[in-house]
Amino acid sequence: MKAAAFAYARATSVANALELLAVHGEKARVLSGGQSLIPAMNLRLVAPEVIVDIGDLAELRGIVVKGDTLVMGALTRHADLLKSSDIVKCAPLLGAAAAHVAHPAIRNRGTIGGSLAQADPASELPACMLALGATIVVHGPGGERRIAAEDFFTGIYETQLAPQDLLVAIELPVARTGSAHFFQEFARRHGDYAIVGLAAQAMLQGDRFADLRLGYFAVGDKPVLAKAASKLAGATITPALLAEASDALSHELDPHEDQQATPAMRRHLARVLLARCVASLLNRPDLNIGGRS
Amino acid sequence: MSSIRSNPQRLSVLDRPNSYIGKTVPRPNLDRLLQGRGSYVSDMELPRMAHVVFLRSPYAHAEIVSIDAAAARRMPGVIAVVTGKELADVITPWIGVLSHLKGLKSAPQSAIAVDRVCWQGEAVAAIVATSRAAAEDAVEHVGVEYRELEAVTDMRTALDPATPVIHASLGDNLAFERILDAGAVDQAFAGSDAVVEAEFIFGRHTGVTLEPRSVVADWDAAEARLTIYQGTQAPHMVQNIAALHLGLREAQVRVVCKDVGGSFGIKVHIYADEMATYALAKLLRRPIKFVADRVESFNTDIHARDHRCKGKIGVQRDGTITAFEIDDLTGIGPYSMYPRTSAIEANQVVNLVGGPYTTKNYRARARVVFQNKNVMCQYRAVGHPIACSVTEGLVDLAAMKIGMDPVEIRRRNLIADDAYPCASPSGLRFEQLSHHASLAKIVEMMNYEALRAEQAALRKQGIHRGIGIASFIEVTNPSAAFYGVGGAKISSQDGVAVRLDAQGSVICQTSITEQGQGSQSLTAQIVGSVLGVSMDRVRVILGDTDMTPYGGGTWASRGAGIGGEAALQATKILRKNILDVAAVILQSTPAELDIIDNAVVNVSDGARRIELDELARIVYFRPDTLPPGIQPEPMATRHYVPRDYPFAFTNGVQAAWVEVDTDTGFVKLLKHWVVEDCGTIINPQLVDEQIRGGVVQGLGAALFEKCVYDDRGQLTNANMADYLVPMSGEMPDIDVGHVVSPTRESELGAKGAGEAGTAGAAAAVANAVNDALKPFGTMITEIPLTPQVILSALGRI
Repeated sequence: MKAAAFAYARATSVANALELLAVHGEKARVLSGGQSLIPAMNLRLVAPEVIVDIGDLAELRGIVVKGDTLVMGALTRHADLLKSSDIVKCAPLLGAAAAHVAHPAIRNRGTIGGSLAQADPASELPACMLALGATIVVHGPGGERRIAAEDFFTGIYETQLAPQDLLVAIELPVARTGSAHFFQEFARRHGDYAIVGLAAQAMLQGDRFADLRLGYFAVGDKPVLAKAASKLAGATITPALLAEASDALSHELDPHEDQQATPAMRRHLARVLLARCVASLLNRPDLNIGGRS
Repeated sequence: MSSIRSNPQRLSVLDRPNSYIGKTVPRPNLDRLLQGRGSYVSDMELPRMAHVVFLRSPYAHAEIVSIDAAAARRMPGVIAVVTGKELADVITPWIGVLSHLKGLKSAPQSAIAVDRVCWQGEAVAAIVATSRAAAEDAVEHVGVEYRELEAVTDMRTALDPATPVIHASLGDNLAFERILDAGAVDQAFAGSDAVVEAEFIFGRHTGVTLEPRSVVADWDAAEARLTIYQGTQAPHMVQNIAALHLGLREAQVRVVCKDVGGSFGIKVHIYADEMATYALAKLLRRPIKFVADRVESFNTDIHARDHRCKGKIGVQRDGTITAFEIDDLTGIGPYSMYPRTSAIEANQVVNLVGGPYTTKNYRARARVVFQNKNVMCQYRAVGHPIACSVTEGLVDLAAMKIGMDPVEIRRRNLIADDAYPCASPSGLRFEQLSHHASLAKIVEMMNYEALRAEQAALRKQGIHRGIGIASFIEVTNPSAAFYGVGGAKISSQDGVAVRLDAQGSVICQTSITEQGQGSQSLTAQIVGSVLGVSMDRVRVILGDTDMTPYGGGTWASRGAGIGGEAALQATKILRKNILDVAAVILQSTPAELDIIDNAVVNVSDGARRIELDELARIVYFRPDTLPPGIQPEPMATRHYVPRDYPFAFTNGVQAAWVEVDTDTGFVKLLKHWVVEDCGTIINPQLVDEQIRGGVVQGLGAALFEKCVYDDRGQLTNANMADYLVPMSGEMPDIDVGHVVSPTRESELGAKGAGEAGTAGAAAAVANAVNDALKPFGTMITEIPLTPQVILSALGRI
């Protein structure tokens, strides 16, 4: 379990990192927190010829609020999401999600940019980005691109990032009055990849949802912003309406099978999460119908 | 702690002033390990040491058509690429059978596969290089042409005529079969008010030691001597077998076992890749290091369990259990493991089912079949979790059928505490067990009635909690009946030597080994207590065949009971020898003197007469001052093996309190209780932590752990992300209580405690989950109890 030999370059600036990536292209991999890349290299699942280490790039660190926008550098670590007062105020969903990302040792090194670029369909943060309507900021040979989270994730471990690109920041709209969030995932053990998870962001208006964004993860080859949410926005929610939305969700999802769950079980758990989410956000225990129609 | 039998006279040598027996004292090796000064095999660096990596078969069953290692041999750092055929000149194959397991058969197994591979992960070639990384680079350049053969994977069809026979020379895929018929089973079932049947399914799992299997083998051609550094539970067994198959005398092999990072039975076997490493050292005449990586560990460390056991129980309306019947099937991989064999677990299942109960009617069949999967063998609590889950699952089914409380049916059927000595229908002899005292104690600890009330109240709110109870018996302190009688050269006796050093401290050499369970501590506690010296003056040396007396090591819950008694007896002799010389020096008699707190004192008034360091000075440096003819003997050795009983059975009971989320199928472990009886407790903390650690491994089996094979024999979750070991976050608090029934066989009275936790944990949890699901009319008899299994049983998916 030793990585194949590789060359190592420590980028001195974003410009330098982009130069290195331009030269080496597909032979290079960007090293951020190393929590996915290094194990994959040690298992020889990947064998990049060059590692471009961006760990030294201070310009990629930090969480700042600019007006209505929260900007997080790509090197923001998972542990920072749990500690930042800006996150608590402006995007509390991320703090709730980060607590489920692996274990403290991994959260201390793993980065948000790394997680989004890795695009594991079972990981928490990509789904959060969908729910929060994030914009992913990418620098590449053609300059800066700003990609909506909904467009960014394209498949299992696949994104809009080209080999020459560097993910530099994530921008989020700051949470407004009346916004609420829900995060829950089902994992066999705390810190495992989820069997099914839901990151939800809502805007409440009285006893209704003015807006509801449901970011499901581990339900397919990429995170899913569930269209079934539209059935619940603006309406008075009854158990019947919730069941209808739940059925729509079942149709919409195309989950995979693995050792933890069949597609049927994933659909069922996604419905359970929907009921729990709606019941919790509206404070309506009667809506916690446990995945039943 | 409560004692149901106290016999102060018998415990006199232990019950001395300042005794450490029964006290929680810190382990002597704790500071060393916590300060990072532990020394493991992978820490070792020797001059000219090379690293071996094994090229392993990607197929479960295939012919090796050709191996082309030319390109790999040219890779930087590569010293040698060695195939099975080449290594066969250095080391002979072996067959894992024991003569007392009648009919057990297996095929010859080689250190590296020759012509054919029989499981995914079997070694096909050894690549030796200057570093592990260089060897891994070279592995990718060894070209092997395979012709894939049909793999035998499903144990249920392994004996079908249409299924290929893995080893043609054996005639079929049946490794072992045992049939037992005791009492009058058919008559008992016919006369029962109710008869209940179920099939119990147990996942294949493994031990997952923190430190992987590791070996450094060093052949000294000048001395014609092989030194093996290995984390093993049985150094003398390794010595015997390495010598046997390398054509050496045992005196030519030294086995050194330094610190070991967990073993659980994983490190008590002889593995092909370890044998290959010994042979490579001899062949290449240089030290060779093999450290299994995590993927190799999953593919080659022995697996265990993987049983399908049909069970049947008869019961009367008054709760009397009339009979047990089982039909057990297990698949063990392509070879019976060497030298302890892979038939022991099934044999134990036959021995142990129904063991805590009075019924004499018991019929059992166990069949052990070959498959093209990784080898299976003894892992912590061998057979016990299967037997306990089947027995206790059946008892709960019977209780449910007649509408009786699970505690009550056990009260009515457990062997009475005053019925000993007695024997089980399978012939196990029990010296003294305490099922009823244990059950009474656990019912009190868990506040059973209150818990039942809480359960009922929560059920009305849609919260489904369950209580599971599991009584068990456990084999400990095995005599030669386990392996020796079957022809294996595995010692069931252990030896201890104690000597007074020149400054009045004690050096103790013992043949038991330390893998974290506290062998060193309990030995020092016994020596210190019996001799009368403080523990900081006792240095315990273990794990070196050149340095320690000959003995079995640490496995089968035997270290404290057997090695501890040898330490006690050796120390008694040393004490006598010291008092003899003290009496001469002090012009007194041995009977008037005692050793307390590192000094010889008067029995009468406790006055300190001579410090042990002063006595040692005289013995070693001024014997000329002693009277003529006095020859002090400052060292004593004793060996011990149980002779009255083949095994010292222990007993206990476990209880689980769980909550099942019936929407998601997730089980939350809320609390776990254990009451067990291991006889004399030497160090309560060590015993409790042994129990807790064992429980956690049993909970892993209950909820998480499973080696998932596909139908082509590929292990599909050979990594720590997909193979789920229990983690602290999911573990409940585990309360441990004790009943103490010392064995009368030894002066120490200690029985084993290392496997009790694992024996009953899964049974308690499975019973608790079924108790929680009672309102749904469903019964699950399969572990691990995954969300998928539970949701399917509930008809939710």
